[in-house]
This record gives sequence, structure tokens and C-alpha cells, in this order.
Amino acid sequence: MSTVSAVYNPTVARLTYKALLGRRRALILFALPVLLILISVAVRLLTGADDSTASSILGGFALATMVPLIGVVAGTGAIGPEIDDGSIVYLLAKPLKRPSIIFTKLVVAIGVSVVFSAVPTIVAGFILNGNSQQMAFAFGAAAAAASVAYSAVFLLLGVITRQAVVFGLVYALVWESLIGSLVPGARTLSVQQWALALAQKIAGDGAGVSSDVGLPMAVVLLVGVTVAGTWFAGQKLRTLVLAGEE
Amino acid sequence: MTTLSIDHVSRWFGNVVAVNDITMTIGPGVTGLLGPNGAGKSTLINMMGGFLAPSTGSVTLDGAVIWRNEQVYRQIGIVPEREAMYDFLTAREFVIANAELHGLANPGEAARKALATVEMEYAQDRKVATYSKGMRQRVKMASALVHEPDVLLLDEPFNGMDPRQRLQLMDLLRQMGADGRTVLFSSHILEEVEQLASHIEVVVAGRHAASGDFRKIRRLMTDRPHRYRTVQRRPGAGLGADRGRVDGGHRAGLAGEGAAHPGDRLRRLHRAAAARRPRARHPALHGLAVG
Repeated sequence: MSTVSAVYNPTVARLTYKALLGRRRALILFALPVLLILISVAVRLLTGADDSTASSILGGFALATMVPLIGVVAGTGAIGPEIDDGSIVYLLAKPLKRPSIIFTKLVVAIGVSVVFSAVPTIVAGFILNGNSQQMAFAFGAAAAAASVAYSAVFLLLGVITRQAVVFGLVYALVWESLIGSLVPGARTLSVQQWALALAQKIAGDGAGVSSDVGLPMAVVLLVGVTVAGTWFAGQKLRTLVLAGEE
Repeated sequence: MTTLSIDHVSRWFGNVVAVNDITMTIGPGVTGLLGPNGAGKSTLINMMGGFLAPSTGSVTLDGAVIWRNEQVYRQIGIVPEREAMYDFLTAREFVIANAELHGLANPGEAARKALATVEMEYAQDRKVATYSKGMRQRVKMASALVHEPDVLLLDEPFNGMDPRQRLQLMDLLRQMGADGRTVLFSSHILEEVEQLASHIEVVVAGRHAASGDFRKIRRLMTDRPHRYRTVQRRPGAGLGADRGRVDGGHRAGLAGEGAAHPGDRLRRLHRAAAARRPRARHPALHGLAVG
């Protein structure tokens, strides 16, 4: 068995993709990007190309709402339902390293998140202002970076709690938006702010993109959270208790 | 020879003791794990399947600890009690996926063979979501058999099966036992265990209550006496009735077709009554409510 297939299992990936894209709640994966594109088209038609409008839609809706929500669906959905209904037993009762199951599912969750959040963000950026101030790429890169961290965090939540979706939504909507706007210090512990640091670096000065966190720290935090979350999820899966109904 | 060993194993959940200091060895052949609901059967099977760590004691397969040892799954096949599978797949896709996850050289051929073994070829291209409970059970069996394991663990495999499917599965398990594989299934229904298992382990309230072949176990059970059929060759030569009543109203009859002499029959009747005296290793067996 090659090194790559020892950590990434194509069969686990195939099952995860099919499960993620086949479930009803995956409709949200399609609905949110479609909504973003529709809003972008409407705004462009009604107000014309405008950098500050583009920045507020890409930052306020795409990065602040759509990306974390898709992260919740992809991250928790990559493993949570299988643990809930017990079908994970068919993966666990195999001579596979459990961290490799987690790694594979993370890759799938990141892939799905990037396709359904980063790509539509870039498209929306081009629709809104034709990538003026590199805004489409800046927010697209931020969405991709955030997708990676969100996938890892929400995948971990999916392993450790049956209420992963609830916790994920609370984090995405309450912590990132509400607490972040009320308590300035909380914003530094926000995936969104870390991703914005990346957007700030890429976008032109006139784009009005700013983050509470410096880029080096943001990169360290993004990578750290992703690696630590993935490692911990692997450890938790190794000792996952699949007790019976008794 | 593949042997599962459970050595002084206990498992508790918070304050609840699900399995209490059980020691048993499961060897080749078909073994039934019998006990009422909530006795700790699933907890035991989960520990044997590596999904639960024992709180104390050890669970090993030929000396290798099972918990956190994914290599044991090369030898173990598991049929879980829970229904959920990858319902969006067809049976063929599901079993092929299982074969791939085992790293088999030819997953397609292994899956074909396993589906043929459980006689599910006719529906293998339908989505699992459309299956009846019995069909699901057979696909679960196919997925557990696909790598031809030495050990097969089945948690309440007959639940929800119709009589024909039940007989089919029994035949299959018997065959596997006869092939020298170690087959362990749990059930709370005495008759199922009696029909299939050559060896029985009884668990009651988390304790190991009895072990042995089913006749021995049944003799220990006060509420399920043996019935003996008499054949009267000459009318009126028996005891006056086909079945005598002895020992506090329990029914017993006379044993064997060759019981020609009334004296013989009487002696056998006495022996039958004596055989039913409970000789439980553990007092809880008196309360065993199975069937």
C-alpha cells in the first residue's frame, strides 16, 4: 500500500462524497451559492459596479455567512450522520488506520466547501465589480482558507458530539457575527478574521478590507487549528464508542 | 483455529455495570450468546468487535488485544444489530466498497461471491434503501463475509427476519461453523439458539450464568422443562396417560420410543423429573426470562 493511499482512502472518499451530496440537507450547499450569485447579479444590475458594495456583499454575506454555513454542512456532514446512525461501523471494522479515515473525510469536506463557497465567491466578485481591486480573488482566497479551517473544526465537532450542527451554527452565526461585533477581543478568535487577513493582503488598498489579526498570526492560527483539529478528531475516532442500545 | 478469549472482563457505564467479571472462550463452531434484553450481550459483542474498551479485563483474538487494533478486522467479520447502512448505494456497490476497504485484490469478484452466498444476486443492483429488513440483514452478512473472515460476530441477526430467511441464515451459519470458523451470535430467544448453536453461553444481568451445550443449559432452566413423548405400542399399557404430571405441576412425559415396559417408563419419568432440578451456577438463572 503506498504512502498516499495509507492516509487517503479513495473508497472512504467516494462514500463520503456520495453521502454529502446525496442527503437532503445538502440542498443548502446548492442554495447558498445560488443566492449569492442572484444577489450579485441583482446588485450589479441595480447599482452598477461599486467597490464598497462588492466588499460588503463579499465580506458580509459570502465570507461571514455563506462560508461558515457551508463549512458546517460539509464538515459535520462528512462524518456526523454516519456516527449517528451507526453506519460508520462499516468503516471502522476494517484494517484502516482511523486517522486516515479522518484525513480522507477532511479532504472531501474541504473539496466540497471550496467548490460550494470559494468558487461562487470568486464568481460573485467578478459579477459585482469585475475583480476590481483584486477583490474577487482576495475574497475567494479568504473563503478557501476559511473552508479548510472550518472543515477541520466542524469535522471534529461531528466526531465528538451528536449536536455538531447546533454547535456549528452557534459558532458560525453567534460567535463569529454577534459576539465578534460586540466584544472586540472575540474577533481575534474567529476563523473569519484570520481569513480576512489573507483577503487584506491580496486586495488593493482601495478595497476597504481589514482584519483584526495580522497575516503571520492569521496563517499560524489557520494552520494550527486545522492540524490540531484533524489530529484530535483522529484520536477521538480511535476510541469512538459504538455502544449498543443497552 | 481462531479463538476469542474474554478474561475477567467488566464494563460499566457510569454507575451501571453492563458486564460483570465475565470469562469465556469462544472457539470454532457456532456459539450462541443467550440472555434477556439488557443482559449485556451487545456490550460483550461490542467489546469482541473492538468498538468498546473493557473497563477491566482483556478481550483477545488468538492472544492479540482487540481494542484499538484495526488489524484484527482482517480476521473478524461483523454483522451489527443496527439497521443503518449506506442506503444510497446498491447492494453490489456496498459490498464492493467493503471489499475495497479490506484491501482485497479483486473486490468485484469477492463481492459477487459474497452476494451469491447470501442469495442476494437477484436484487443486488437495487438501492439498499428499498430493501426489507431481511434483505438488509443478508447484505450485512455479505459485507461481513466478503473477506472470508475466520471469526463472524452477529448481534441479534434473526431480528425481523421471516421464517424462511431465518432458516436460510441458520443454514449459512451452520455451514460456516462446520467449515471451522468461529461464529458467535447473540439472541434473546431460546429456540433460535437451540436450533443453531452447538455451544451456548448464557448471560444474565451482566453475569456469566452458564456455559455448555443447549441440553445442559436447558436442564438448568426451571421454566422450560423437557417434554418427553411416549409411544404406546399397546393401548392401556402405559401410565394411564401420555403425559404424567410430576414435580409441582410441570409437565413431563416418558422418554424414547423404545420404552416398552411400564417399569422402564416410570424410571425414566423419575429421571426426567430429577433432571429438571435447577443446578444453576448462578442464582439469577432462576429468573431467566427468555423466549
